[in-house]
Amino acid sequence: MRLPKSLILGAAITAIMVGAAVLSRVWTPADPTAMNIVARLQAPDAAHWFGTDPIGRDVLSIIMAGAWTSLGIAMLATAIGGAAGTLLGVTAAARGGRAERLVMGFNGVLFAFPPILSAILLGALMGPGAVTAITAIGVFMVPVFARISRAAAIQIWARDYISAARMAGKNDIRITAEHVLPNILPQIIVQLAIQTGLAILSEAGLSFLGMGVSPPTPSWGRMLSESQTYLAAAPHLVLAPGLAIAVTVLGLNLLGDGLRDLTDPRRGQAG
Amino acid sequence: MMTIPHRPLAGACLAIILSATAPARAQDADAVTFAQSVEPQGLDPTVSSPVAAGQVTWQNVFEGLVAMDRDGRIVPQLATEWAIADDGLTYTFTLRDGVIFQNGKAFDSATAKFTIERILSETSTNGQKANYTAIADVQAPDPATLILTLSERNADLLYWLGHPAAVMVEPSSAETNGTAPVGTGPFKVDEWRKGDRVIMSAWDGYWGEAPAISRVTARFIGDAQAQAAALQSGQVDIVGDLSAPELFDQFTTDPAFTAVAGAGEMEVVAGMNNDRPPFDDPRVRQALMMAIDRPDLVQVVSAGQGTPIGSHFSPANPFYQDLTALFPYDPEKAKALLAEAGHAEGFSFDFKVPNRDYAQRSAEILQAFFAQVGVTANIQTSDFPAAWIQDVFTDRNYDMTIIGHAEPLDIGIYARDPYYFNYDSPAFRDQMATIAAATSEEERAAGYQAAQDMLARDLPALFLFSYPKLGVWKAGLEGVWENGPVPANDMTDIRWSQ
Amino acid sequence: MTPSPSRIRRLAGAALMLLVTSLVIFLLIEAAPGDPAEIMLGTSAQADTLAALRDQLGLDRPLMVRYLAWLGGVVTGNMGQSYTYGVPVAGLIAERMLVTLPLTLMATLLAVGVSVPLGVMAAARQGRAGDGLATVFAQMGIAVPNFWIGLLLILVFALKLGWFPVGGFPGWGDAGWGDAGWGAISALILPAVALAIPQAAVLTRVTRAAVLDVAAEDFIRTARAKGLSRHRALWRHTVPNALLPVVTMLGLQIPFLISGAVLVENVFSLPGIGTLAYQALSQRDLIVVQNVVLLFAAIVLAVNAGTDALYARLDPRLKARQ
Repeated sequence: MRLPKSLILGAAITAIMVGAAVLSRVWTPADPTAMNIVARLQAPDAAHWFGTDPIGRDVLSIIMAGAWTSLGIAMLATAIGGAAGTLLGVTAAARGGRAERLVMGFNGVLFAFPPILSAILLGALMGPGAVTAITAIGVFMVPVFARISRAAAIQIWARDYISAARMAGKNDIRITAEHVLPNILPQIIVQLAIQTGLAILSEAGLSFLGMGVSPPTPSWGRMLSESQTYLAAAPHLVLAPGLAIAVTVLGLNLLGDGLRDLTDPRRGQAG
Repeated sequence: MMTIPHRPLAGACLAIILSATAPARAQDADAVTFAQSVEPQGLDPTVSSPVAAGQVTWQNVFEGLVAMDRDGRIVPQLATEWAIADDGLTYTFTLRDGVIFQNGKAFDSATAKFTIERILSETSTNGQKANYTAIADVQAPDPATLILTLSERNADLLYWLGHPAAVMVEPSSAETNGTAPVGTGPFKVDEWRKGDRVIMSAWDGYWGEAPAISRVTARFIGDAQAQAAALQSGQVDIVGDLSAPELFDQFTTDPAFTAVAGAGEMEVVAGMNNDRPPFDDPRVRQALMMAIDRPDLVQVVSAGQGTPIGSHFSPANPFYQDLTALFPYDPEKAKALLAEAGHAEGFSFDFKVPNRDYAQRSAEILQAFFAQVGVTANIQTSDFPAAWIQDVFTDRNYDMTIIGHAEPLDIGIYARDPYYFNYDSPAFRDQMATIAAATSEEERAAGYQAAQDMLARDLPALFLFSYPKLGVWKAGLEGVWENGPVPANDMTDIRWSQ
Repeated sequence: MTPSPSRIRRLAGAALMLLVTSLVIFLLIEAAPGDPAEIMLGTSAQADTLAALRDQLGLDRPLMVRYLAWLGGVVTGNMGQSYTYGVPVAGLIAERMLVTLPLTLMATLLAVGVSVPLGVMAAARQGRAGDGLATVFAQMGIAVPNFWIGLLLILVFALKLGWFPVGGFPGWGDAGWGDAGWGAISALILPAVALAIPQAAVLTRVTRAAVLDVAAEDFIRTARAKGLSRHRALWRHTVPNALLPVVTMLGLQIPFLISGAVLVENVFSLPGIGTLAYQALSQRDLIVVQNVVLLFAAIVLAVNAGTDALYARLDPRLKARQ
């Protein structure tokens, strides 16, 4: 079987960004927290590929370290939101009736909250920081996974082998664990990739509005917020973090699309 | 491929159309527009937090018994003269004759009495009320005379009567001044487009000399880049206090603009919880002060425009003294002092920092300086203002924080109990009492200088730098305030030169 | 037409959801640290002044009383008074809507105007260069944060070229379509583009996929077999039938459009509803935040219900299934 092009490209980009994030834990070109006031706001050159920031730190190093922050928060948020949402979704599909209506109602309420504004609201409640960002992003991902997993699970429940399993005396929980979850997993994985990309955008937005992680922990969104003042004097400050966000999200989206093509060849042809 | 060469042409056409239809603003000798960063919540400086309201309406719409001039001196306004009794407890004001409010009501001692009693009343929501509580009694024996009786001496009273928080209002409009201000000033408010601007025009019933300008617009532009661009494009004539020092330099060399870095009132200080170890030990506070290279800090955070300070007054204050030499940057000495205080291995603490650019950046730099002497500052971003006020101010649950103090003459906060520093110094409280009881201007000045000196040695907060008032205005505009003894945009003396 | 029981049930469900949403909003905001009175009065205020202001704002009433008072007000059309501005919240929201509504409308028109032709073109030339370009645009557009696009647009079109203002909003004024009208529109162009690009990217993908789906259906094949030209089949039959998923997606994107407006208005210092909500939250102007978030939630729920209804009307198969 030939692998979809988007899968290869997406996996490659994601691998590079994740690699940079991991690498930043042990090595960066320069110390991302070491200020050097004399060398502030330098344009990109051989020594500083992405230039230096307002307190003379190496932007490339901050971008690398920022990848750890950004990917870390996005992946944790997506993992939590994905797990909770999927659990709700398969439960709704398995039990039907009141449980299903309750889950869908909960979904509806959560869905009605505009994402960034609600995240700011949670930020106001919990104070800015990584935990807040993970919670705020994760919570609003729950309905997405609940909806997708429910729809997928309902299809599985209609299959013949489920009736067979039921006849064999398996209860809802066992059927969900042994038959439903493994079968809807491909769709969940596709969503995980795409939602991680969205989570990166949300994290950047939160940090941009001053609700992200605290300095000196690097954050792409905060870098963009700080670059606003230097837009005319040091445009390199606005380019690097934005590109980092865009490339990472692009990689994750391509990865998601590629995985979808791989698991659902019919859709692969159409879209 | 014919489409490619056409593209730049299309772009050029678009540009021409745009510049042709964009309002080409002709110089209007009659009008002036100024911009400020923060939009007030209401236009009445006598309620709530007065800074932003005063920036729009003080002097323009509202006037006080006395006023502060551009040099920070107290000058007569609605009171033409006053006499202070020898014991310093009775102030007798002679009020100006023939002054009316913008709704036609007369200004006299009854309205003045109303204004002051309103500030002092139980239901008062004047954020500066504490500065007037020495007034025990207000009498209006005849329409042109107002007598204030004090319960204790207060040498700062005249100063505070000249502050925006004490402007004169009259009973029938007092409640609605927040949205429809009625003052005695030369301009009246025509319209407030919330989130954007306040439009004012000259009022023909003004008691004094009519201003040269007949239309004044206050615009609220939070983003510094947008402030600079609004100046460049001619949408705004004056930015009294450019909020990003990085953008100031471009105007100093531009002949189309006058750019003056005047003295401002904002002191940026890193306040500590003086109750909590290890900050209860003055040696620790002094060591941390010596760990900081203030000129470097100023270079980064205010693009070199600020002034390092050694105590709580800025160069804008008439009593200012430069006390930075007491604890200059000396990491080795700082380490030795920390060791003497029992912290040879350093220590770590939580640094609660508002999510504002200047604060965050300053905190990052302080963190690096503290690290050099073995002290670890863990920065915790705090949502400003709400969460910060709650944590630092109300609950006083913090180790160190950083904030700009914009109120003028506010050194007394270190004598206040409770205040967020948790600083308990009987000696300093005595000093503030001595100042209040001063009988001459010299005594008062000496008192304030001694107070600064006490703080500079004891360091209840790390005194970092004062923000300049970075004024930029169109070349040809005259009469703009260069310094900011009080945050204000006084447009009454503004004119376009011929 | 008398409302059918299912419609009544659905309306009741939506009302219940809105009620739960309002309670969640209220409790979230109440639980956030920060006292509106303290924020309004600044740091020099004393305890008695604070108490006086709390009393004046009604903040000293019990939690549930305030919730019910707010809810009762909203139901009867009175959203209350803003703590900080001291004016009715409804008026404040209406003023800000004069910025946000045109902004989101312009962005939507722009997004639809770009994405539908692009998506159709991509589908018609499936696998060729045009399709590739459209796909690249779609992938890129979804990946870039709209506030970053905003910053780049400012950098190029406002700071370097000077064609548009860097930020701020001059107001519509009374000049109608004259100078003031143009000033207002030109202040909204860059933000609208920033807001539109991610939308356009999403819609391009959806349009392309929908056109391909419909083109593969039997009736199109039949029509083609009967001799209908490729072009005619595409525009007369395929595209109209493919618009349904596009409209649905447009509805689903509303929450993101609103979120995007919060960020984009912030970048361009536009006095819109997003800026209002953000500032009100940081000032703890609780009553304003409550109303704005509830309004957004109501819009989202209404749009969802609307798309559902539209879907049911336009898609006979769905109707048959119900």
